Amino acid sequence: MSLLGDRQQLSYIAAQAADARVNVELETEGMTLNIGPQHPATHGTLRIIARLDGEQVVWAEPSAGYMHRGYEKLTEVRTFPQVTALVNRIDWLGSFANEVPFILAAEKLMGVEATPRAQHIRTILFELSRIANVSLFLGDLGVQLGAVTPVFFAFRDREYVLNLIEAATGGRFHPNFDRIGGLKDDLPAGFIDETRNVMKKLRGFCDEMEDLLFGNEIFQSRTRGIGVIPKDVALQYGLSGANLRASGVDWDLRRDQSLPMAWDKVDWKVITHPDGDSFARCWVRLQEVRESTRIVDQLLDTIPSGPVMVKVPKIIKVPEGEAWVSTENPLGEMGYYVVSQNDQGPFRVKIRSASFNNISIVPWLLKGVYVPDIITILASLYFILGDIDR
Amino acid sequence: MEVFPLSQTDTTEAPRDERREGELAALLAALGGNVADSLLKPNDDIWVRVTAETWRASAEAIKSLGYTYFCFLSAIDWMPSPFGKGEDDPTQPAPERKTDIVQGYAGGETRFQLLARFVKPFSSSGVNVKCDVPADSLTVESIVPVFAGANWHERETWEMFGINFAGHPDLRHIYLPQDFEGHPLRKDFPLLARIVKPWPGIVDVEPLPGDDSEEDGE
Amino acid sequence: MLALLAADLPYWAQSLLRVLGGLVAVLLPAGTVVYLFLFKMMSFMQSRLGPMEAGPYGSMQLFAEVGKWLQKEDIHPARADKFLFKLAPLIVLASTFLLVAVVPFGPDAWFTDFEAGVFYALAVSSVSVLGILIAGWSSANKYSLLGGLRAAGQLVAYELPMVLAVIGVVIQAGTMNLQQIVVAQNSGSIFGWDGLGNPYVLTQLVGFAVFMISVQAELTQTPFDMPVAESELVSGYMTEYSGFRFLIFFIGEFATAGVFSMIASILFLGGWGVPFNWFGWTSLADMDNWMNLVGPLILFTKMIVVVFFIMWVRFSFPRFREDQLQAFAWKVLIPVSLVNIMVTAVLKVAF
Repeated sequence: MSLLGDRQQLSYIAAQAADARVNVELETEGMTLNIGPQHPATHGTLRIIARLDGEQVVWAEPSAGYMHRGYEKLTEVRTFPQVTALVNRIDWLGSFANEVPFILAAEKLMGVEATPRAQHIRTILFELSRIANVSLFLGDLGVQLGAVTPVFFAFRDREYVLNLIEAATGGRFHPNFDRIGGLKDDLPAGFIDETRNVMKKLRGFCDEMEDLLFGNEIFQSRTRGIGVIPKDVALQYGLSGANLRASGVDWDLRRDQSLPMAWDKVDWKVITHPDGDSFARCWVRLQEVRESTRIVDQLLDTIPSGPVMVKVPKIIKVPEGEAWVSTENPLGEMGYYVVSQNDQGPFRVKIRSASFNNISIVPWLLKGVYVPDIITILASLYFILGDIDR
Repeated sequence: MEVFPLSQTDTTEAPRDERREGELAALLAALGGNVADSLLKPNDDIWVRVTAETWRASAEAIKSLGYTYFCFLSAIDWMPSPFGKGEDDPTQPAPERKTDIVQGYAGGETRFQLLARFVKPFSSSGVNVKCDVPADSLTVESIVPVFAGANWHERETWEMFGINFAGHPDLRHIYLPQDFEGHPLRKDFPLLARIVKPWPGIVDVEPLPGDDSEEDGE
Repeated sequence: MLALLAADLPYWAQSLLRVLGGLVAVLLPAGTVVYLFLFKMMSFMQSRLGPMEAGPYGSMQLFAEVGKWLQKEDIHPARADKFLFKLAPLIVLASTFLLVAVVPFGPDAWFTDFEAGVFYALAVSSVSVLGILIAGWSSANKYSLLGGLRAAGQLVAYELPMVLAVIGVVIQAGTMNLQQIVVAQNSGSIFGWDGLGNPYVLTQLVGFAVFMISVQAELTQTPFDMPVAESELVSGYMTEYSGFRFLIFFIGEFATAGVFSMIASILFLGGWGVPFNWFGWTSLADMDNWMNLVGPLILFTKMIVVVFFIMWVRFSFPRFREDQLQAFAWKVLIPVSLVNIMVTAVLKVAF
């Protein structure tokens, strides 16, 4: 209990005292509630076992693993391009973003760097996948809280982004476009203008969401002050992405790391929020989508010309070594620790997925909250099951 | 079993990385005698290997140096897989495979090595910490009291590799059913899909029209 | 009702007509509300078309749905209390039929002319709470139980603002008879100008607002749909119901929405009538007979307007948490409606 912040500790103690009075009078027993694995609220097959006292949670624990596909074992028998195809499916809403850190790690081991044009286009597609991922989050947020309309707008506007990704890579959900040394193909004709139009539409979507959902008093009263995560707890658990920035930690891997990508060539800002509650997390993500559209607009103006692939041998054998690369994925910090022993495939890949750490804080966070707040907190933490379970 | 001599980089040819050299020096000073080996790859990363008995103390020392962000904790099994890549023809006798255990960066002496990463927030300074897991007991101290987030990571490492964590509050399966037998990420745990049906490799690949024949197998 | 037909019908024929009339009065609004608002308006608000296949513009969709539900297997959970499980939906639907019995549709088109109509209507609308609670308990399912308990708390809490809001109307009309309230509104005048009658929505604006909010809560519509919080409890107290029984809950929900809107339009918007001085009437007795046919249509139109607002709010807002819901009822709505009653009483005596 020493890790609980003051505010939470006080509210928990008060709740316990109130419930103790009720329990003594009514001698009620706690009820164990299973939320999931089949449930509309958990994005996928997450199971939360909660012990309730009336409507308050006494103890809650997520039970992950219903979607465990054994990625780390699978990577040991595959070549690097095959692993790229596999890794798309970890975070399936923003799939291109999964490939990038892995390819960057392999390139680090090989000692090659992609061409400037490839780096640029990689960044554009990375930001597009972030927009696709987080715009669905915004719609889904409404559904979790009971507003059924925003999710349809989210799906409608997300279709534009998916069409763009399909036009460039051939796949809406699983592009499988990154290669060691560059990209598989160049951009199609008309992509740049179409992307500019879509970015305008998405900024309109963000404004719509802000009006419809964030400005709503009921939404505010449901999310403000709920699920507060203090800074030091967030760092201890390894929270990343918008969850960390919503607790006031000014840290964004796009800015604070130097990777061969094009983020340092455009002008953008990192968005933080001091509160650390659910509203802060949702708000930070909304602003990040806006910021991403601006990044994409600037990137579109400055794409360098040239080839999209450096000269690499047809059969790639990656030399001996170990490399770690992590990027600021839509869900948080996703990293790959690639161990290679001069073979066509990796010897061991450790996939550090953002949602694994983000959800590990749930047992600490859910003590003493009401049942509806469980949904709010899970919705604001935002996870994808494929990311937790790999 | 030989120790791979990768622990000293030749800094005369590679570019100097003063920031990381300073960080490595601070780490070595704080850890003192716990360190068994270390490696600095310029403009890349820092690796430090500590002894198993000092695992928790080293984690505390690293945290007090400012590395308060817990990135991940896992393990590496350095034994080459006796099953290869599952691409062998089942009608032929199994080919000769390497069996010697070769560790990677910052050396090592055992088959299993713990791997963890701690990062200084607000910067891109991180350190990869390795530790040899003693072969007889396969037990290391748990660092949950130091970093609360290590809880799930240690559960996963125990589940996948069989490494025990002494002092962990709740060591049980996280992904697999509670009655699962075996530790899947060990190299001697077979990938059943490939045992049942070996990957045919290049047999199914057709050359693209207008392209030279593309081979992506051995 | 009998003045419509010159013939002298035997009692059983009158009762049969009444029953049929009651069925139509309940099911027709339900069907219209479901099609117009749930299928079409919700879809348009969410930038999609809604059902378009069954019938022209999807108008037959409701019949298709009814047929689908009727032909489903009648299952119930093994540990459910069978008798209560089967009884619960009927209680909920029964309360709607009881409610519509006292709604006047025209000068002579009513089922019963009850002197204490308002009192009866409010009392009978609480019967559905019992049905919901029984449904939640007898489903032998923790989620349903949670839903049922939430519903009980919420519905009881929002009964009070509803009653208090209506008292203002009763004070202003001077009677609890719904027919007389309609007459009072349509034959009244606003500061001497009787072009619009005296619809109580103008003087009882606060009461109207409180009543509409309470109706939203009584119908367990968002933002008060904690009992049926779809993303948490998967359907709350209705989770274990399927087929015919779910159809009863479904029809009951929208029929009750329609009937409550009818009551709201009777109490606040002037009900089935138009301002008397448009046609030169002075009292109920000298109304033309065709008003008995046009009255229901007028009431229907006003009902649609009220339901539009209910459904519009339903599709736009997220939902309240249970304790916020209760706090809103007890700390905001009840004091406001009490103040409304005091002001109405004072003004009634003054003018």
